[in-house]
Amino acid sequence: MAEKKVIDARGSFCPGPLMELIAGIKMANVGDELEVLSTDKGSAADVPEWIRKVGHELLGTREEGGVWHITVRKAK
Amino acid sequence: MRILIIGGGMGGTILANNLARRLTGELKSGKARITMLSASERHMYQPGLLYLAVGRITPDELYRDQASLLEPSIEFHVDPVTEFHLDKNEVVTQSGKTHSYDILVISTGSRMVPETIPGLAENCETFYTEETALKMFKRIREFQGGRVVIAVGVPHKCPMAPLEITFMLHDYFKDRGILDKVKLHYTYPIGRTHSLENVAKWATPEFDRLGITYETFFNMKEVDGENKILRSEEGTQTPYDLLIAIPAHKGMEVIEKNGLGQNGWIPTHRQQLNMEGHSNVFVLGDTTNIPISKAGSTAHFEADTLGENIAAMVKIGTPVRDYDGKVFCFIEAGKDRATYAMFNYQTPPDPKAPTKAVHWFKMAYNKLYWVSARGLL
Repeated sequence: MAEKKVIDARGSFCPGPLMELIAGIKMANVGDELEVLSTDKGSAADVPEWIRKVGHELLGTREEGGVWHITVRKAK
Repeated sequence: MRILIIGGGMGGTILANNLARRLTGELKSGKARITMLSASERHMYQPGLLYLAVGRITPDELYRDQASLLEPSIEFHVDPVTEFHLDKNEVVTQSGKTHSYDILVISTGSRMVPETIPGLAENCETFYTEETALKMFKRIREFQGGRVVIAVGVPHKCPMAPLEITFMLHDYFKDRGILDKVKLHYTYPIGRTHSLENVAKWATPEFDRLGITYETFFNMKEVDGENKILRSEEGTQTPYDLLIAIPAHKGMEVIEKNGLGQNGWIPTHRQQLNMEGHSNVFVLGDTTNIPISKAGSTAHFEADTLGENIAAMVKIGTPVRDYDGKVFCFIEAGKDRATYAMFNYQTPPDPKAPTKAVHWFKMAYNKLYWVSARGLL
């Protein structure tokens, strides 16, 4: 059964939100949703770019009080 | 108060010595007791493996007897934990002994898992153990030229290692007089050459200056050893003659087997460093799931915080400060120049141009480490 997981990468400069998401996706099952929390505005661009390259699904991006919430689904 | 520390690596050792000094009176009077359980009677200085891989140090320089590093008031056993019973405040060890505790600290570290990428373990050189670092050195010493590809798994221990090994290999081949026959190609999982933006801003022009090519958004998928091709999750591929890997890491198996955390990473409060849901269980270094660098300096600064907090819990019944996410990483920029990156949860690093002075300080720190491990620096 698909799960929803939150990856709290706020304040993470190294390894950073995208690297945390890559590690999180490796641990997830196909169909799982992962929501990355990031305080780095660059995440709003580089996370979707990587998701497109690899072929996962971008479900949404929103900003709330300086925190970007980027939700993806592991597609393969 | 019985304090039980699991793991005799950098974090566990610094914490144990720090606590032994802060609690001298309590240990003498019997009000406190510190016990360490480790899997090894030897302590390895893991950052030294990078130098072993390029023939700059020998294996004996990596080790000290663990007991010789610990304050005499610390009870030390080589007897790794096999079972954690957090509901009963007990652990069981390989020898079958049960240890009870009031405060538990888990600092069991991490291990590389190259076997998670098909073909990688059989076809790469790496340097995260003494055995693999020595094998890598022998391989590069015999190497006469060709395409050297550096590939990086996620997550990995020591975020500076990919850059450092690339620059050090550049200078190694230059010193051997074969740089004109060697093509260094660096790959990295995200969209720039390092996770730290300011480090990438420095490293990328350095690569350009040295003729090192690079490819970003490259996550290893599989290695075709027969045809010497590395393929990525992003659908690209790159040929190699020599494949140098910074493999992905996991926490120790005992953590996952006991259900303490997926892939061996324990969910940990990022300021208080306690295991989520357990106020008397703390986690140090690589073992946490905190989104910061898996590096010795992280374990060191976390141990400093925990030393103050656990001593305060013994003396006044409450911790006194938060871990601020401090990390300090040296960055070797070749054989004789280095810089550093220092950052925390609030402030990104701003690395300066590499200098010989910082490199020599790092070389000195490689010796000073044994003072650090004793909790004196």
